[in-house]
Amino acid sequence: MKKIKCALIGSGNIGTDLIYKIKRSPVLEPVWMVGIDPSSEGLARAREMGLKTTAEGVDGLLPHVLDDDIQIAFDATSAYVHAENSRKLNELGVMMIDLTPAAIGPLCVPPVNLRQHADKLEMNVNMISCAGQATIPVVHAVSRIQSVEYAEIVASLASKSVGPGTRANLDEFTYTTSNAITVVGGARRGKALAIINPAEPSMIMRNTIYCLTDDEPDHARITESILQMIGEVQKYVPGYKLVNGPIFDGNKVSVFLEVAGLGDYLPKYAGNLDIMTAAATRTAEMFAEEILAGKIQLKAVETV
Amino acid sequence: MSQSNTSSSLKGRKVVLHDMCLRDGMHAKREQISVEQMVKVATALDDAGIPYVQVTHGAGLGGNSLQHGFAMAPNEEYISAVASKMKQAKVSVLLIPGLGTMKELQSAYDAGARSVHVATHCTEADTSPQHIAYARKLGMDTTGFLMMSHLNDAAGIAQQGKLMESYGAQTIYVTDSAGYMLPDDVKARVGALREVLKPETEIGFHGHHNLGMGIANSIAAIEAGASRIDGSVAGLGAGAGNTPLEVFAAVCERMGIVTGVDLFKLMDVAEDVIVPMMDHIVRVDRESLTLGYAGVYSTFLLHSKRAAERFGVPARDILVELGRQKMIGGQEDMIQDTAMTMAKARGLLQGAAA
Repeated sequence: MKKIKCALIGSGNIGTDLIYKIKRSPVLEPVWMVGIDPSSEGLARAREMGLKTTAEGVDGLLPHVLDDDIQIAFDATSAYVHAENSRKLNELGVMMIDLTPAAIGPLCVPPVNLRQHADKLEMNVNMISCAGQATIPVVHAVSRIQSVEYAEIVASLASKSVGPGTRANLDEFTYTTSNAITVVGGARRGKALAIINPAEPSMIMRNTIYCLTDDEPDHARITESILQMIGEVQKYVPGYKLVNGPIFDGNKVSVFLEVAGLGDYLPKYAGNLDIMTAAATRTAEMFAEEILAGKIQLKAVETV
Repeated sequence: MSQSNTSSSLKGRKVVLHDMCLRDGMHAKREQISVEQMVKVATALDDAGIPYVQVTHGAGLGGNSLQHGFAMAPNEEYISAVASKMKQAKVSVLLIPGLGTMKELQSAYDAGARSVHVATHCTEADTSPQHIAYARKLGMDTTGFLMMSHLNDAAGIAQQGKLMESYGAQTIYVTDSAGYMLPDDVKARVGALREVLKPETEIGFHGHHNLGMGIANSIAAIEAGASRIDGSVAGLGAGAGNTPLEVFAAVCERMGIVTGVDLFKLMDVAEDVIVPMMDHIVRVDRESLTLGYAGVYSTFLLHSKRAAERFGVPARDILVELGRQKMIGGQEDMIQDTAMTMAKARGLLQGAAA
């Protein structure tokens, strides 16, 4: 069966984990890995896994895009270079999946709004953040039943799973995630908190979601909606698990989750990386399925 | 061999006191201190010669949340009300990256804050470069604050402090958030910092009194080279409270350490202003002692008591379990989670869902 060819930009933890996820996909094939350091471990590993590599950044990839028929690119670099990467690749008709906090395209949480983006043929979709992918489905599961005045999420991450980019730019993570809680989650106001815990052995990613509903929450319907949504996420992140709740205090709904990864590249505790790469892969697959079925055709984006 | 004589060896040393009643004390008041009360306390502290008064939600900038509780007013309102009344004291704030952001630091500065503790867990200093640099850019007195310092060894603390210094921090604090450390632990960490930091970089110590060691630990810190000490008048703070500042000031006076504060005025603030404000007498009791003994974040105290009431699992059991799981500051959500998991295991709670 024909597969859609992909390029991965950024040879760090996320980029490397993506190779494993994409290789397993029935509709995607990883072809290029783009880095900036010729001696990087990530590029060496990508070569071992059969990918073509360049250490010249996106410019090293551009001459090969058409010949190698690259249609989808994943950007796991940083918010600062993403816009430029996206512009260059969009011009060649390559669709971008943005795993940085740049968020220049619409925000995507697969079980909430992926369908909508594929239908609109968006050429750049943003995956928000690990905490966003882990918590926004639950916020949406509540807000689709009753209006949510305020939602707050708390993500606890194992220290070893948080890379230097996120650490040095923690505010971007906070802003991007808080914004997505409202835009995608459907709450009127949102707040995101992140905690990095160095415990050994490493703790599995934990997420707590609090929603304040406008009216008294309907316990049964909200519980059912949340459980259904957890099932949807489990389809692409099998280690996504309800630990406690939902528990109700007046208008406050609290849900306590755990996210274990598949252990592809980083160990299972790094559910935060896994849920990002799994959501990005799921997003790419949806576009790929539509392309393969002839329903959509990616077009070069003209820039002015 | 010379017999060490502390009083003479520290005689003449200058130490800057930093009061925490209106920040750490917010924890002990479930964030319910009014703007008027803050102004009253801060004015009295200013009059007693305290040079720095920290004013924010207990969890600092960005702290107003379901996770940490909502205060009676926004941080900016507290800060500007207090700052406008200060004759000599500077208003400081707490900022924990991951909770507070540079936007909030800017608005705190605009409201009158001139000093900041940028706080990270003691192994995660590299989450603070943006905030420390931003504080310096604003011209604030900038501290790197290594929370739960007992969870990193002296060499590790030195390395983390060095990182914060490289981002621009002018003072590095050893922060005993759990009130777990003993004087030798404090000396080892402060001493290791003193060896690696630039001579002009100051070192501070922030204690909690859960094992009754707040004053002894603060003196040990000064012996090892610290020149800034956090405490709170009458000890109003999380857990068994912070180092009681009026007691510490009296000890300093006896030892010849120069603090510049008026001891009797400070004693009056403690007795006449702070103690009447307390919802519970902040002291070493069974639960706060458990924090110190098990090395648990002091702020977890009241949350655990609430979870204990709701789910029927004793607070001490919850705290010990949180210590075992190495939960750190900010993970207050895990208190209810842990209590629920324990209640299920004890047959006190049914799983609500699959």
